Amino acid sequence: MIWQSLTDLWFGFGVALTPHNLMWSFFGVLIGNLVGVLPGMGVLSAIAMLLPLTYTMHAVPAILMLAGIFYGSQYGGAIGAILLNLPSHPPHAVTCLDGYPLTRQGKAGTALGVTMLASFFAASFGITVMILASPLLVEVAYKFGPAEIFAIMLLGLIAGSTMTRDSALKGIAMTTFGLMLGTVGTDVNSGVERFTLGFDQLSDKIELVALAMGLFGIADFLRNVNRIHIVGSESKVRFKDMRPSRAELKQAFPAMLRGTLVGTLFGAMPGTGSTITTFIAYALERKISRTPERFGHGAIEGVAGPEAAAHSKTQIDFIPTMSMGIPGDPVMALILGALLIQGIQPGPAMITEHADLFWGLIASFWIGNVLLMILNVPLIGIWVRLLQVPYRLLFPSALLLIAIGVYSTNNSLFDVGEVLVFGIAGALLMAYNFPIATVLLGYVLGPLVEENFRRALLLSNGSLNVFIDSPISLFIMTACMLLIVGQMFFALRGKLKGRRELALPRDMGAGEPGT
Amino acid sequence: MRWHVHKDVQAGLVIALIGSGFAARSAHYRIGTLLEMGPGYFPAALGIVFALVGIAIAIQGYVKSSVELRERRLPEWRAWLLIIAAVVAFIVVGERLGLAAAAFSIVFISAFADRKNTWRSATVLAVVMVVVSTLVFWWGLKLQFPLWQWGDA
Repeated sequence: MIWQSLTDLWFGFGVALTPHNLMWSFFGVLIGNLVGVLPGMGVLSAIAMLLPLTYTMHAVPAILMLAGIFYGSQYGGAIGAILLNLPSHPPHAVTCLDGYPLTRQGKAGTALGVTMLASFFAASFGITVMILASPLLVEVAYKFGPAEIFAIMLLGLIAGSTMTRDSALKGIAMTTFGLMLGTVGTDVNSGVERFTLGFDQLSDKIELVALAMGLFGIADFLRNVNRIHIVGSESKVRFKDMRPSRAELKQAFPAMLRGTLVGTLFGAMPGTGSTITTFIAYALERKISRTPERFGHGAIEGVAGPEAAAHSKTQIDFIPTMSMGIPGDPVMALILGALLIQGIQPGPAMITEHADLFWGLIASFWIGNVLLMILNVPLIGIWVRLLQVPYRLLFPSALLLIAIGVYSTNNSLFDVGEVLVFGIAGALLMAYNFPIATVLLGYVLGPLVEENFRRALLLSNGSLNVFIDSPISLFIMTACMLLIVGQMFFALRGKLKGRRELALPRDMGAGEPGT
Repeated sequence: MRWHVHKDVQAGLVIALIGSGFAARSAHYRIGTLLEMGPGYFPAALGIVFALVGIAIAIQGYVKSSVELRERRLPEWRAWLLIIAAVVAFIVVGERLGLAAAAFSIVFISAFADRKNTWRSATVLAVVMVVVSTLVFWWGLKLQFPLWQWGDA
C-alpha cells in the first residue's frame, strides 16, 4: 500500500508541477503570505476574498491556490508576531511572547530562521502523515453510513465549539447559530422555502462568501477602526542573520519535534482550533523546560514549538476534510465550500475519482512550502516595509475589495447587503466576547448534518437507537459525551482553582480568524 | 446608582429570544415525526437548543456578574455609522451609476471612519482605488458590472 501511495504521490507531483498549476499555487502562497503579514486581515478573509476568482477556474488550480493562501498566511502571521509584537493573528499570538523579545535583543533573524525551519519540518511531517493516513481513513470511511457520518459531524461540532479559549457555552451558541443559518433557503427534501423573510435571493441559501467576509472582514474593520494605527517600526533583517547558530539549533530542535507532535495530535482531533493548539504547545515547552524563567524573555523554544505545532496542524487538518468531507475548522469549512461549488463532493470517493486533485494537492503542499522558504528570503524586507502601511488607508481599500468580491459571486448587489448584515452581527458578537469562527463551521456542516440525520432515521424507521447500535457510531457518541462531561469537569475545577496558569491576553486585536 | 446588567445576561436573553422565535417560525413548516421528518423538524430542534444555551449563558453571566471586566474603550459609533453608510452607498450608487461611482463612494465614505483621514487623503485614496478596481476587475477580470451608467439599467 505504501508503494501505491508513493506512485500516486509521484503522479501528484506531475499534476502540481504543470506550469499552470504551479503558477496558481505560487500566486496563492504569495497572496497568503502578504495577507498573513498585514494586520487585521485573516486567513479566512483572504480565502473568502479570492473565492469568487476560483469559480471560473478548473478545480485543481483553484484548490491549490486556496491551500496556498492557507499555509502562506501562517508564515506571514509569524513574521508580524516576531518583528512587531503584533498578535493580529490569534494562532500566532503566542509567538509574540518570545519572538518579540528576541527581536529586541537583535536576534530577529534567528527567530525568523528558526520559525521557517520549524514550519518546514512540521509541514513535511504533517504531509507524510497525510499520505500514510488518508488511504487507511478512506477504508474506514466506506464503512460509514448516515448514522456514523452524523455522529462524527456532531463530534466535530462539539469539539469545535467547546475547545475555545472562551466560554464553552458561547461556543455552542455560535455553532448552533451557524447551523440555523445553514437551514435558510429551500429544503432539499420537501422544496419548502425556509426563513427566507420574503427575499427570493435567499431561497438559494445564504451566500457562503458573504457570510465569511461579513464575519471576518467587515466585522474586523468595525472592531479595529481607530484602534489600530500605524503598525510598523523599522527593523532590518538580512538573510545572513537568519541562520541560527549550532547552539540555538540544538535548543530549538527538540521543541520543534514536540510542537510537531502536538500539532499532529490536535489536527487529528476534529474541531480543535489552531489557537488552542499553539497555546498548548507553548505551555508544554514552558512546563518541561529546565529553565522556565527564560520564557517570555526570548526563549527560542517558545518560538519553535508553537510554530511547528501550527504548521503540522495545518497539514493534518486536510485529512478529515478531504477523505471524509468533514472539515475540522472554519478554514477547512471554507475550502470544503469551494470544492462543493466546483461540483466535487469531498469524501472517500473523491480520492479515487479525483485522484489528480487529491494527490496534486498533497504534492503542492511540499512545493508550496519550498516556495515559501525561497520567497521569504528576499521578500522579508518588503513585508517589513509593508507593515508600515497605515490602517486608515488599508481598511477602506479592503472594504471595496470585499464589496466587489461578494458582488462577483452572483453578480448581485443583494449579496453585498448580506455581507453588511453579517458584518454588523459579527462585530456585535465579538463585542460580547463570542467566538464567531465556529459560526462558519456550523453553517457549512448544517445541511450535511440535517441530511444525514434525516436519512439515518428514515433507515431505522424513526428509532433513535440507530446512533448507538453500530459500534463505530456508539464509539463516536461516547466520545461526544466524554467531551461534554470533561469540559464541565474542567470548568468546575477551574473555578475552584481560580485563574488558569497561562493568562491569555484578552481581545487580541482582530477577531479570531482560524481560531 | 446606574442600573447595570452583565453583558452575558443581555446576550443570553437576546439569544433565548431569537431561539424561541426561530423555533416558533419552524412550526409553520410542518414538523412531522422522527420517522417522517418535515422541513420544520431540524430548525425547530436548533431553535430550542439555541434558546436553552442562551438561558444558560444568561444564568452563568448572572452568577459571575460581580467580576465583570468592563470594556474601557468607548464604542466607535461614528465610525460604525460611516462604514455601514459606505457599504449601503456602494449598493445604492452601484445600482444607479455603476462600478466607478460605487467604488469611489465606498472608499471615500469609509475613509472618514478613521479620524486621521482628511478630505484630501480620502479623495486621493478613493480615486486610486477607482482606477485600480477598474483596471483589475472591470477590464482585467471582466467583472459583470457596468462601469458607468445613468439611472436604473
